[in-house]
Amino acid sequence: MNINLTFLILTIIAALWSVMGRSLLKATIGLAATSALISILIFRLDSPLAAVFELSVCTGLITAVFVSTISLTKPLTHKEILQASKDRFKRYWYLPVILVVIGIALVLLKVRQDFIMAPVPALQQDVRDVLWNFRRLDILGQVIILLAGALGVVILFEENKRNER
Amino acid sequence: MPSLMILIPLFGVIILNLVFASNDKMKRAAFWFALALFISQIAVAIFHHPIFWNNSLKPLDSFFKVSFFVDHLSFIMFICIGMVSIASLFVAKYTITEEGGRFKFINLLILASLGMSGIIMVKDIFSLYVFMEITAVSSFLLIAYPKSLESLEGAFKYLILSAVATVLMLSAIGILLLASGGTSFFAIASGIAEARNSSLIVFAIGLFICGLFIKGGLVPFHGWLPDAYTAAPASVSVLLAGVVTKAAGIYTMIRIVTSLFPYNQPVNNVLMLVGTISIFVGAIVAIGQDNFKRMLAYSSISQMGYIILGLGTGTGLGIAGAVFHLFNHSVFKSLLFVNSAAVEKETGTCDMNKLGGISQKMPVTGATSVIAFLSTCGIPPLSGFWSKIIIVIALWQTSHYAYACLAVLASIITLAYFLSMQRRVFFGKLRSGLEGLKEADRGVLAVSIILAAITIGVGVFFPFFFNIFILPVKEILVR
Repeated sequence: MNINLTFLILTIIAALWSVMGRSLLKATIGLAATSALISILIFRLDSPLAAVFELSVCTGLITAVFVSTISLTKPLTHKEILQASKDRFKRYWYLPVILVVIGIALVLLKVRQDFIMAPVPALQQDVRDVLWNFRRLDILGQVIILLAGALGVVILFEENKRNER
Repeated sequence: MPSLMILIPLFGVIILNLVFASNDKMKRAAFWFALALFISQIAVAIFHHPIFWNNSLKPLDSFFKVSFFVDHLSFIMFICIGMVSIASLFVAKYTITEEGGRFKFINLLILASLGMSGIIMVKDIFSLYVFMEITAVSSFLLIAYPKSLESLEGAFKYLILSAVATVLMLSAIGILLLASGGTSFFAIASGIAEARNSSLIVFAIGLFICGLFIKGGLVPFHGWLPDAYTAAPASVSVLLAGVVTKAAGIYTMIRIVTSLFPYNQPVNNVLMLVGTISIFVGAIVAIGQDNFKRMLAYSSISQMGYIILGLGTGTGLGIAGAVFHLFNHSVFKSLLFVNSAAVEKETGTCDMNKLGGISQKMPVTGATSVIAFLSTCGIPPLSGFWSKIIIVIALWQTSHYAYACLAVLASIITLAYFLSMQRRVFFGKLRSGLEGLKEADRGVLAVSIILAAITIGVGVFFPFFFNIFILPVKEILVR
């Protein structure tokens, strides 16, 4: 089994852990692990900048935001955690089964167990050049999305503060 | 100067928040700024003067590397966006009493309209996705901002399904980038033409179209739409039903199918099948609804089906019919949602079992509702009749007789549920407890009357309107 396939299987296991984990915190850790493993795969696919973005934003920043939010919620009792765990397993029991079936099918069909690099068109410019010199409209679009997000935070949280007073 | 359609709203929102957010009196300026913005948008789209559309704003355009593209289809969409945004603005003025809440609503409305303007003008599939996200984020917030359990649930459903659509479309964009070496419409169209039979390209086209079906709320991807329309505040329902799903889903579908993915029999078959299923599922489910807004939501799904059915014919006439129905649906569905807002505001409910005979107290709302529902059902000489008949003729010309007959049959079901709605809400004896009911305020009535006048005017002067505005849309097939 080659290293890429090992990372891919680990990514799937981590993603499954996020969905089926018994608490939000464990789900967040699973998500961070999934993201970190994807970063390694992206790095191995010769895209170091994309890997750094994935690692810093998805593994780092988003995990920090999730953990901060979870820390503000009321923790469940042990009994509630056990019940939630049972409910979660009942709801998603088929996910590991489907993954095992797909895995067996891939082995039986003798699908090539390695990454096939797609014929990527050679980029003449560095990614930073592409972003700034060719995709400036998209950057403007992202700025507008951030502006909408900021307005959203104001709208959804400001009045709560007023109500609390 | 098409970039002004993006830059004026953007800097407008920034200035409004920096300068005008300090007190309630100054916040009122936001309403007038938004109104002026949307009226100007309609004016430049109607007159489509080359001085505005063909010249670039050198320093700004070169700084932002902006290169937009507009044609007759874009002009029709600009008119729809401007018109529906004005309707939404007046409904917000009527239903949102707190000045601060209205100010926030107007900011998000401007951002949503900015996103839709971007969708209409870009010629790059990744930029298209970015502007779709601007529209989607603004829409989630618009649905969620009353912060009731219902509105948060509606926004959450829209968010989740929209995220699924995003994943599908981004995957498709990635594959198309690999296959064609670029993300501009031209590069992708050339790449697809060279590798027409590649299974990877077919897969990418399938993913992208599924994403657009979700955005457009077509069956079987419509799960979010009734909840979002019903849970959203009245002014947001007008916007969502009138134009958001059309710009993000249907317009993009028309543009993508005609410009990028070549028409072929499987694509036509999928579009016509999904269109017909949407027409029937939407119409049949609408019959059983008790909530006024929910019934209108299912009716929207049904009417979107007609647009996709017309698009699926792949002929110039079919596309012209689809675009014409898109415009008409924007007008009469906005009118129905404006009227539902008036009914909800005055009676405090949208439950049709608790309403009845309110035409006696709200005569203008009742009368304009009749015009809107007759147009939806395709009764001559109203605008909806002409767009539906063009779609049916296009289906007949391409030998899709069964689809043509089904389209006509579905209009009868539409008539059935709208007659039932009209009887339960507006006609008959006034329900007890509604004796003190008043007509909606003048602003909303003016919007209703103008939208009803457009529905009648476009129907009566159909040859003029069709030749000047709609028929040139056929050009998109030639490119």
